[in-house]
Amino acid sequence: MRFFALIVVLITGTLLLYATVDMPDWGDPYSPANTHVSPRYIEKTIEETATPNIVTSVLADYRGYDTLGETTVIFTAGVVCILLLRRFK
Amino acid sequence: MTIEFKDVIIQTICRLLTPPIQLYALYVIAHGHYSPGGGFQGGCILGASFILMVIAYDIGEVKRRMAEKMNTIFCSLGVIIYSGIGAICLILGANYLDYGILHKILPVNPVRARALGTLGIEIGVGIAVMAVMISIFLNIASGGEHEGALE
Amino acid sequence: MIWQLDIIILIIVVISAIAAITVKDLLSSAILLEAYSFLMCLLWTEMGAVDVAFTEAAVGAGISTAFFIGAIYQTTRRTKD
Repeated sequence: MRFFALIVVLITGTLLLYATVDMPDWGDPYSPANTHVSPRYIEKTIEETATPNIVTSVLADYRGYDTLGETTVIFTAGVVCILLLRRFK
Repeated sequence: MTIEFKDVIIQTICRLLTPPIQLYALYVIAHGHYSPGGGFQGGCILGASFILMVIAYDIGEVKRRMAEKMNTIFCSLGVIIYSGIGAICLILGANYLDYGILHKILPVNPVRARALGTLGIEIGVGIAVMAVMISIFLNIASGGEHEGALE
Repeated sequence: MIWQLDIIILIIVVISAIAAITVKDLLSSAILLEAYSFLMCLLWTEMGAVDVAFTEAAVGAGISTAFFIGAIYQTTRRTKD
């Protein structure tokens, strides 16, 4: 059983390594992520949101719904932790 | 978990370190526009300062400074600040979380209003993350009893 | 990007990850996981993703290690397997 698990892990690792060959290089200016929407953010962030940190402006302004969902997930985790673990005497 | 644990070195270092940690956390939240950081990281650091207090003193010491009811209120208050700012934008006639419309109630131009709206939701995220981290740590470390210390 | 530094950091990351799942003491395992998180944070910084590195340092290395240590106090410190 352990040998079988090793074979499965090796096959999966080989497939993942084979798939990374197709990915664009690190910092490639012509990769799909850097050609469609990133230049617009880099050019327009200052004049649209007055926020020099582009990451903050994307996280909190352009993609505000995502951060709202993230905060709700954390809030739900806290509420579930209180409901499951807290013992009231 | 109920053994009284006192160590003067740890307690003095904790007492000296906690205010700079909290000040740095507030800096991270407020300065997220210009440097790396933001509500999530700053909230985590704020929660870590209280966790340091649990490790140096005990859980009762933290509950004297941040009561459990207060902490639970802070949990919800963060999410309410976030979604409330979005709802204000909706009431003023723009899309949900479209902060540019906030210039109708703030004395700034629409571009600065977007930055101020971003700052508001960062503060909300920071409050929520801080309260949730404290609550999860107290519940895990004390098994739900909320008493005793980590010895 | 300095590739020599990358290689060194990645080798230590792999070593600490393997050590974290093989060591018997759970407290050592938590601390090794913290070392793993800090090395990943160093890697993010070195690649220029400073915000991700900050999140990794605050959440992965700081808060989650505190949670693990708090959980270890509620259970046994040594693993059975």
